[in-house]
Amino acid sequence: MPAVRHLPTSESEDLIALTRELAAKELAPRVTAAEREGAFPREVFATLGAAGLLSLPYPEEFGGGAQPYEVYLQVLEEIGAVWASVGVGVSVHALSCFPLFAYGTDEQRSAWLPGMLSGERLGAYCLSEAHAGSDPAAMRARAVRDGDSYVLDGAKAWTTHGGEADFYTVMARTSDDGARGISCFHVPAGTPGLEFDRPEDKMGLMGSTTATVRLEGVRVPAGNRIGAEGQGLSIALAGLDAGRLGIAAVATGLAQGALDTAVRYAKEREAFGRAIIDHQGLAFVLADMAAAVESARATYLSAARLKDAGRPYGREASIAKLIATDNAMRVTTDAVQVLGGAGYTRDFPVERYMREAKVMQIFEGTNQIQRLVISRHLAR
Amino acid sequence: MNIVVLVKQVPDTESPRKLKSDDSTLDRAAADGVINELDEYAIEEALKIKEAHGGEVTVLTMGPAKATDSIRKALAMGADKAVHLVDDGLAGSDALQTSYAIQQALGRTGFDIVILGSESTDARTGVLAAMLSERLGVPQITLANKVEIDGSAIKAQRVTDYGYDRVEATLPAVVSVVEKINEPRYPSFKGIMAAKKKPVETLGLGDAGIDAAQVGLANAATEVVDFADAPARAQGQIVTDEGDGGAKIAEFLASKKFV
Repeated sequence: MPAVRHLPTSESEDLIALTRELAAKELAPRVTAAEREGAFPREVFATLGAAGLLSLPYPEEFGGGAQPYEVYLQVLEEIGAVWASVGVGVSVHALSCFPLFAYGTDEQRSAWLPGMLSGERLGAYCLSEAHAGSDPAAMRARAVRDGDSYVLDGAKAWTTHGGEADFYTVMARTSDDGARGISCFHVPAGTPGLEFDRPEDKMGLMGSTTATVRLEGVRVPAGNRIGAEGQGLSIALAGLDAGRLGIAAVATGLAQGALDTAVRYAKEREAFGRAIIDHQGLAFVLADMAAAVESARATYLSAARLKDAGRPYGREASIAKLIATDNAMRVTTDAVQVLGGAGYTRDFPVERYMREAKVMQIFEGTNQIQRLVISRHLAR
Repeated sequence: MNIVVLVKQVPDTESPRKLKSDDSTLDRAAADGVINELDEYAIEEALKIKEAHGGEVTVLTMGPAKATDSIRKALAMGADKAVHLVDDGLAGSDALQTSYAIQQALGRTGFDIVILGSESTDARTGVLAAMLSERLGVPQITLANKVEIDGSAIKAQRVTDYGYDRVEATLPAVVSVVEKINEPRYPSFKGIMAAKKKPVETLGLGDAGIDAAQVGLANAATEVVDFADAPARAQGQIVTDEGDGGAKIAEFLASKKFV
């Protein structure tokens, strides 16, 4: 059963209907094979871009949809309910567009943003390093000014779309001044010296490429620096809250997909002469799953409404990411339980959902980091 | 070119479809309404004709108030404007009456070409194109899987049991399409926003010049006397291949008169 949504406008209702249609006709037929084979579905992003789904939260002057986060995140949730890798990809793409949109010059934005928002140019976001995940200020990748250009050297780990993207939003050190020594750069794919390691062999999200990006003397014009020198880390941190809401929405969708599969199965499968959903032991498991999905949705939407109103929402974004991803882990694990032996096989999607949920507790700030953020807000 | 595309809202084929026990008409409230699938192909063909030859695409829908959802989607796909024929007096109209009501509405919109899906997934009578062309006194090209327009000439391929026929006619004409004709486009969010500003004219019986005595359930020429649930699908037959699988398949097909 699709999620019940209360949407603010008739166009957002039509937008959700369009998203469900695209998910059913374009994503659902591809997801199982692509996840099994580890094939990156570039054409799906082109389809979503053509439909306008990659530009929803950005203003109309750049070709965006001017939609509030309250609406955009529900679109993302609908995508995540059918194909988590694509939901994550859309969220990462939005994150990689954010620095240019928020900190770029008018010239930079009119040159690059339309192609990024239309989905012609897919983005990747390079912040983490092998030894600097939760602590990005410890990064070592460097950008050295050389006349009218910068030369970048180093390695960026865990890059979603690494090797597949058309542009890379890269954070690199321009001085040794700790957190204030980092700058942000727009690096187009194909720039000499931009290399990629073999993609990670992951537990899940195999339809989403994750690779280490190597910067080996990558020369970009000084005009590709986004924001001021030294502003990079604050740009990165400014984008993280919105990125966390994106992951919260995708995780909620993933959990909804697992719940739907479990309920459908529990209505069909019989034991002791009746459908297993009519046995209280399993019925209550399903009820707890539904409650977990709904509370995750309510939590991320509450944070989104604060953001849309222009109010601080960092604590709420961390709470939403924590709740939605922990709930998704529990709901997908329970979905495997409801399907029993069938759930443990690859004939059904729930074992994949369970593997996909795990990483959501890890990326975009581990859930331990979310608790750190939340507790520091409390201690203020 | 004045292109009119007929769009019907039908119950989603994914949801259970029912007739109402009191008057044997379709229970439209019981299921989500969607654009009749074949009508999406008609919309796509209308948009393609407009793109190739210029003109304007008008959506014409007869149906209850909630059919506006389907009209909005057709406009979001790219149609220019819509006419919504909506009146309680139309409820329960059969195909003959529907063709009359649409003929009257077409009198207001005018047309060079009327395009529609070759049947609807709810009633599946598949007769509207023929009835309309008779009433309008214009050629009908039904079951088209390819349409070409050259000036006032229209050439089409219509699917048959043995392949297809090539047919030609002069515009104005009525054309019904099958799903092989094209691949309907998706709306885009820009299309959704643009649709909000496109004109939708609502017509009642009087506005369209429809005689109330000729439409509606009470005046219908046909009557649903009885109906029953579709029988549950029988368990399939499993044939174990013991070297004679091919022969058994042939036997089965022969028994069903497929070969």
